[in-house]
Amino acid sequence: MPARPGLATRVRAAWPRAAAAAFALAASAAQPASQSADIPDTIGQRMQPCMVCHGPEGRATSQGFFPRIAGKPAAYLFNQLLAFREGRRSNPTMAYFVDHMTDAYLLETARYFAALDLPYAPPRAANATAAQLSRGETLVRQGDRALGVPACADCHGVALTGVLPAIPGVLGLPRDYLQLQFGSWRVGVRRAASPDCMAQIVSRLSPQDLNDVAAWLSSQPVPADSAPAAHVARPLPVACGSQPP
Amino acid sequence: MTRGMRTVIRVAVVLAAALVLAGALVTWLNLRGEAPIDPSAADAASSSEQVQRGAYLARAGNCSACHTDRGGAPYAGGKGIPTPFGTVYASNLTPDLQTGIGSWSPAHFWRAMHHGRSKDGRLLYPAFPYPSFTLITREDSDALYAFLRAQAPVQQPNRPHALRFPFDLQPALAVWRALFFAPREFERSADRPDAWNRGAYLVRALGHCDACHAPRNVFGATRSSIELSGGLIPNQHWYAPSLADGGEAGVADWPLDEVVRLMGTGLSARGSAMGPMAEVVFRSTQHLTDADLRAMAIYLQSLPHRQPAAPRERSAKPETLELGQRIYAQQCARCHGERGEGLGPYPALLNHRTVTMGPHTNLVRVIVSGGFPPTTGGNPRPYGMPSLLLDDEEIAAVASYVRSAWGHRAPAVTALEVRALR
Repeated sequence: MPARPGLATRVRAAWPRAAAAAFALAASAAQPASQSADIPDTIGQRMQPCMVCHGPEGRATSQGFFPRIAGKPAAYLFNQLLAFREGRRSNPTMAYFVDHMTDAYLLETARYFAALDLPYAPPRAANATAAQLSRGETLVRQGDRALGVPACADCHGVALTGVLPAIPGVLGLPRDYLQLQFGSWRVGVRRAASPDCMAQIVSRLSPQDLNDVAAWLSSQPVPADSAPAAHVARPLPVACGSQPP
Repeated sequence: MTRGMRTVIRVAVVLAAALVLAGALVTWLNLRGEAPIDPSAADAASSSEQVQRGAYLARAGNCSACHTDRGGAPYAGGKGIPTPFGTVYASNLTPDLQTGIGSWSPAHFWRAMHHGRSKDGRLLYPAFPYPSFTLITREDSDALYAFLRAQAPVQQPNRPHALRFPFDLQPALAVWRALFFAPREFERSADRPDAWNRGAYLVRALGHCDACHAPRNVFGATRSSIELSGGLIPNQHWYAPSLADGGEAGVADWPLDEVVRLMGTGLSARGSAMGPMAEVVFRSTQHLTDADLRAMAIYLQSLPHRQPAAPRERSAKPETLELGQRIYAQQCARCHGERGEGLGPYPALLNHRTVTMGPHTNLVRVIVSGGFPPTTGGNPRPYGMPSLLLDDEEIAAVASYVRSAWGHRAPAVTALEVRALR
């Protein structure tokens, strides 16, 4: 995918800060080669290529938004890596990276990023009306019985920070990324293990409702304890193939 | 009848006769050597030893790379192979009766592998590399058949190819085959040791290395396949380097063990398997026996050296090289070393052939896309290269820099050439 002129300037400006954060946090040989430092034999060092795009907070470029992966539930990350490899999520860049990786290595990768505990950036103010934000919050906290849509919190946790082992948090993600995922589920480009609960839920919501949910979620701060919850009330309101029975 | 009219009729008759003769020639060239298939002949039952051997041969031939779709059932087909003429869709090789090869006999399968013709008589498109598979023995074909018959049947109709006119016409394919394909037997070289012959058989037949590592003409036919002198992989923006040239991927001066290690693990002291070769190692060569890898290595080391065409002399502007040097210092040196000497698991770029070979394709691809070598038994937790978020000018600058630094003398790369490879 061609880069627009001007990206170089933005990336060059962002690179020192992002690189410093990313490389400092992982156990890496972020030392000049002239020191002849040994490269650590760690999973963190092996995952350096991921940091360039995903960084500690995710990165936005003209090639699409790369979501934050630090601190997500390990089983959720593992499911996503499998989805890229098996084509349930369509992303040529990710597929290229994970195509020739075994399940064992992908699991080790997922566990590494799940264990990272990094602060979230403050949210950006939502570009939405009060009515839209109110509708978004209602759908997230209460759902819409008439549409057959449960509250997001019913699965993603009261604090919306996700639930172990495999339900991701939905805070701390930019609006563009959320809307892209909703859109991908609507057209079937993103698919989860069957029964695909998110595809069902998204199909019951109008584009305006999805827009409102994305606007509200992306404008909420992530709580200080951003770790996924250990439990959520079972059974889940919608059958979900990605969840253990 | 006027004289003019008689002339027209004579010319028309001659032309018609010529067309009929040409058609007969093309038909004969396409069907020569085929043994008639007796539909009533009973198939010999396959042994478990045959099925096991077939499983191994399927690894050697890397059948699943095309015939198992991403996320799809094993050998059920459906994957699209892009070609310059359109997309060819791999067929269902499971023993399903309606949609797979459940109704095929070993003779039908042999005809497909050796003659490139399907059970229903259709000519097959050589995206299925039967110009290489034609060399396999009948025994190996029968073992592969036994293995495929032992797979779980999957009902999945074959997807019609999406080829542009006139490439979607069987007569056009017949003419192509008349010009460029003839069924062949593998011939042992009596003056070479057994291991060399085994390696030659693996590389030329099931390995179908020439499908990528040999150049193709404008009609998509492989030229000079025995020489393996390198080829741009159609539609994939990767270059399969010459296996006969020490400046590209020739291995004549390597220790034999290193050649075996490269194919068996994806890593070697002088380069790792990236891009399409990562898939070959992952799905195919890492599963072959040490003896077979040694045989292939012996054969590859014996390929006669081919001097490549002298690369164009082209140097970058000083400003470009300065930019490239800055980018290298900021983004590459921490892994590859300030002087390209490498660090730990990260390879040296000094005299690295991906950097210095004439074709710049793979160097640019690796800078654009990054990537990991394959996860193999011998390298289960690979280190990888990031996909640096640089624009075309920056990639051209850093590629040109490494191609001219440290004594290298490879031609510079332009931003337009980078753009063409994205």
